[in-house]
Amino acid sequence: MSSITTPTTSSSKLSAKAAQGLDELDQRFHPAAGLRGQFNKVFPTHWSFMLGEIALYSFIVLLLTGTYLALFFDPSMQDVTYHGAFTNLRGIQMSRAFQSALNLSFEVRGGLFVRQVHHWAALLFLAAMMVHMFRIFFTGAFRKPRETNWLLGVLLIVVGMIEGFTGYSLPDDLLSGTGLRIGSGITLSVPVIGTWTHWALFGGEFPGTEIIPRLYIVHVLLLPGILLAVIGVHLGLVWYQKHTQFPGPMRTEKNVVGVRILPIFAVKSGAFFALTAGVMAIMGGVFQINPIWNFGPYNPAHISAGSQPDWYMAFSDGMPRLWPPWEIYLGNYMIPAVFWPTAFFLPVIISLLAAYPAIERKLTKDNAPHNLLQRPRDSPVRTSLGMMAITFYFWLVLASGNDLIALFFNISLNAMTWIGRIGLLLLPPLTYWVTYRICIGLQRSDLAVLEHGIETGIIKRLPHGEFIEVHQPLAGLDSHGHAIPLEYQGATVPKRMNQLGVAGHPVPGSFLKPDPMQETIALENARAAQLAEQDGHGAGHSAKAGAGGNGRVERNGHVEQRDDQHELVAGQSHGDHAHDTST
Amino acid sequence: MSSGPHAPHRPTEAELDDMTPDQLATLAAELDDVVILRNLSKFPIPGTRAEKRAERAVATWFLLSGLSAAAFVAAYLFWPSQYRAPSEPGYQIYALYTPVIGATFGLSVLLLGVGLISYVKRFLPDEVSVQQRHDGPSDELSRRTVMAQLAKAGKDTTIARRGLIKRSIGIAAGVFGLGFGVIALGGLIRDPWKGGAKAVLWVTAWGSDDGEKVYLRRDTGASGEEIIKNGIRGIRVRPEDMNTGSMETVFPFRMSDLQHSERLDAVLKMSDVPVMLIRLRPGEPVIQRAGRENFHYGDFYAYSKVCTHLGCPTSLYEAQTNRILCPCHQSQFLATEYAKPVFGPATRALPQLPITVDSEGYFVARSDFNEAVGPGFWERKS
Ligand code: HEM
Ligand code: FES
Repeated sequence: MSSITTPTTSSSKLSAKAAQGLDELDQRFHPAAGLRGQFNKVFPTHWSFMLGEIALYSFIVLLLTGTYLALFFDPSMQDVTYHGAFTNLRGIQMSRAFQSALNLSFEVRGGLFVRQVHHWAALLFLAAMMVHMFRIFFTGAFRKPRETNWLLGVLLIVVGMIEGFTGYSLPDDLLSGTGLRIGSGITLSVPVIGTWTHWALFGGEFPGTEIIPRLYIVHVLLLPGILLAVIGVHLGLVWYQKHTQFPGPMRTEKNVVGVRILPIFAVKSGAFFALTAGVMAIMGGVFQINPIWNFGPYNPAHISAGSQPDWYMAFSDGMPRLWPPWEIYLGNYMIPAVFWPTAFFLPVIISLLAAYPAIERKLTKDNAPHNLLQRPRDSPVRTSLGMMAITFYFWLVLASGNDLIALFFNISLNAMTWIGRIGLLLLPPLTYWVTYRICIGLQRSDLAVLEHGIETGIIKRLPHGEFIEVHQPLAGLDSHGHAIPLEYQGATVPKRMNQLGVAGHPVPGSFLKPDPMQETIALENARAAQLAEQDGHGAGHSAKAGAGGNGRVERNGHVEQRDDQHELVAGQSHGDHAHDTST
Repeated sequence: MSSGPHAPHRPTEAELDDMTPDQLATLAAELDDVVILRNLSKFPIPGTRAEKRAERAVATWFLLSGLSAAAFVAAYLFWPSQYRAPSEPGYQIYALYTPVIGATFGLSVLLLGVGLISYVKRFLPDEVSVQQRHDGPSDELSRRTVMAQLAKAGKDTTIARRGLIKRSIGIAAGVFGLGFGVIALGGLIRDPWKGGAKAVLWVTAWGSDDGEKVYLRRDTGASGEEIIKNGIRGIRVRPEDMNTGSMETVFPFRMSDLQHSERLDAVLKMSDVPVMLIRLRPGEPVIQRAGRENFHYGDFYAYSKVCTHLGCPTSLYEAQTNRILCPCHQSQFLATEYAKPVFGPATRALPQLPITVDSEGYFVARSDFNEAVGPGFWERKS
């Protein structure tokens, strides 16, 4: 056997050293009891619980790469003439900021790589946050007692977007200047305070020389600091309030079923950090992003067609493309039409997002705390609203690329604008309706399986000539030979025979030959024995859990299925899966 | 199971001494209300082929990760990283520098992750643990005592009875808050309307206070110093320089600027001065805006290049349709009808610059625009 299971002398020395170290620590800070509680924390497992983690890991990558960039980047607006390595721009006047971003790309070894990782990480950071939010929304994880974390999450997305915008405004290239130009126009459009706010932000007329140094400190200190603090509180609350879980065997509102932080969760988290960072590094190396040297330095008289912001800001650019030219004149004053789809629209949409949990609570009058998640199909109105909002959002993202779409598909630009306008009004309600129907359909299909069993695909001809499909009941047959119906309890319902383990599993072995039969059988028997022994304890425990908890041992039917599956995997019973459900 | 009455028995120190490490670990879980229902080791029989194979598989991932890291270090140090232009030899190799270091670095991190995941999957036990939540509200004892404590603390301050002090605190806090706001924002506030009718939002560098002639110049890429050194040939625009149906971007230029090279540069960076000088095809029917009938010079029309929507340069002039397109949000303006918006989100026509040609045959601006340039704002009347 290897060193993994049999401690060698050196590793026992090591553990003695570790024990001594821990002892020294405990004499000073006495963390033992507190740490034990943290190590013991049980975390439910589901792939979708990893999305927030990806956001966290991309943030860490942003901090690391951003700090590296800051060693070389200089946000100064001083005029310089370029004499660097990139031949095409030699002799061109530009700001020191743009020049230092060029040097970072061409003269700092590996600098371009880090720049590109930073930018890809920013895109993934926002994508991960957004998908994470979808998960929270569609499973109802924002319900009491977790409304605070929903609000913090919305704050993180908004601050993250601003952080990204300030970031790609820094290099002072043509694209970033165009983005700032639009930002300046939006600021001016705000009634009453627009011009004064613009003068406060830009220090005068656009562009001036103050905005980029200001954005720099906002980008590298202020917003990262806020993000870090809010992320800290966000995760602290997850820890403190404990994670939600999907309904399933043994899971109740009052417990958490999963794995402990040590060792499985911790090792897995480390692994996912490496996976996320690795993917971002590969992307940063292989896929070019923001080639500022091709755009050239910012010049207010220049523009290139196809000026799109980063994807997460695109929706904010789609709306002003579609909004009709409705200007309001009020005596000596005016409200520019562009105010509505920008400075007015963005806060409204973000407030709606932030207020959703409160709105849902008001409408459903559901004030109970919820630790068990809902499957999206089980709350069709919410799911349909969410899909409707997503359609609205991504339609606007598409609209912000309407010139590119027009170019690639040879459609008239004006037609694209009109398609955008009409689609924005029609598609969201249509999505609502379609989603609603799909939810109801899925609910019915779950109920059908619970009532009649799984479709086996086996067609049988009865003596009188009728064809029927054989169903595999989940809870066995009653004395008349009818399937015993099960109650739906919010958990996944198996729909295919393979989910019951019918297909068996491959024989262990190498590519070329199977392992010796005796070894395989011995191993499977040992696993089965281990399972039987622990489930002996387990049954005792769960009965206790039932008594000590809320008095309900959850979902016998499902526990039973899982065991079926396990037995099959362990190679014990290949026979009939429809035995009775009493544990 | 749960704390309180069901809390596990706390062993004495002697009992602790008698417990095996495994028992202690189980106790650790129980003390935190965790029950480990399943903790199935993946290979209950040590030394099977399956286990050795699994070990080799995991080790392979880690070794590949190390290999990739070594490749990264080698590439970082020895792959040519000096910039080469596409026309130069060695460009292909240079262009691969970033992809190669990115792929090797990323792969080594990625494979580390894959190795860890496969380690978890193959060797860490299959665990199912159950922990009780204790989340509802606190118990009655804590709730009531804390409430009472707060109430008592409030009462001890006797503040409820002291209206005068309450009001004075309110005043002090309010004034302090104001002071704080003033110091936080005060430094940032600038008056956009300084100069009254000449405030920068109303005027552009096309205006000439002292009556000096303002020429229409182009950006040849030469810096101010170069222009002063090499002379202004080709800088100013004449009607014969432009073909029919063409467009040129022009900036204001005064002869006195030749004394100040920085002015020659600065004018190219102002966001409100770029103007599109358009030469319509002859005979094109044109609708003039009332009061601006003499702003053009023959077929030459000068419109602000700053979009009235959000300020992008409206760079695309399509001679076929006489439309000016802003690439940012696709507003379209009709050059033959005082640049009024005909499609898209923009609401106002592009301001028109009154131009003529001086005695030497150069284009000059007759005055500044007669309205504010660019995106709309609250204080503009029309
Ligand atoms: C937390 C979220 C962050 C986001 C979403 C973000 C986003 C961005 C983006 C999109 C860019 C443009 C990159 C490019 O030039 O292609 C950028 C540039 C930059 N970021 Fe960040 N960033 C974040 C955090 C940070 C932090 C924490 C630092 C430093 C401590 C930092 C420092 C920089 C610097 C110096 C640049 C300019 C470098 C250049 O233009 O090449 N960033 N950021
Ligand atoms: S800035 Fe020109 S259309 Fe929006």
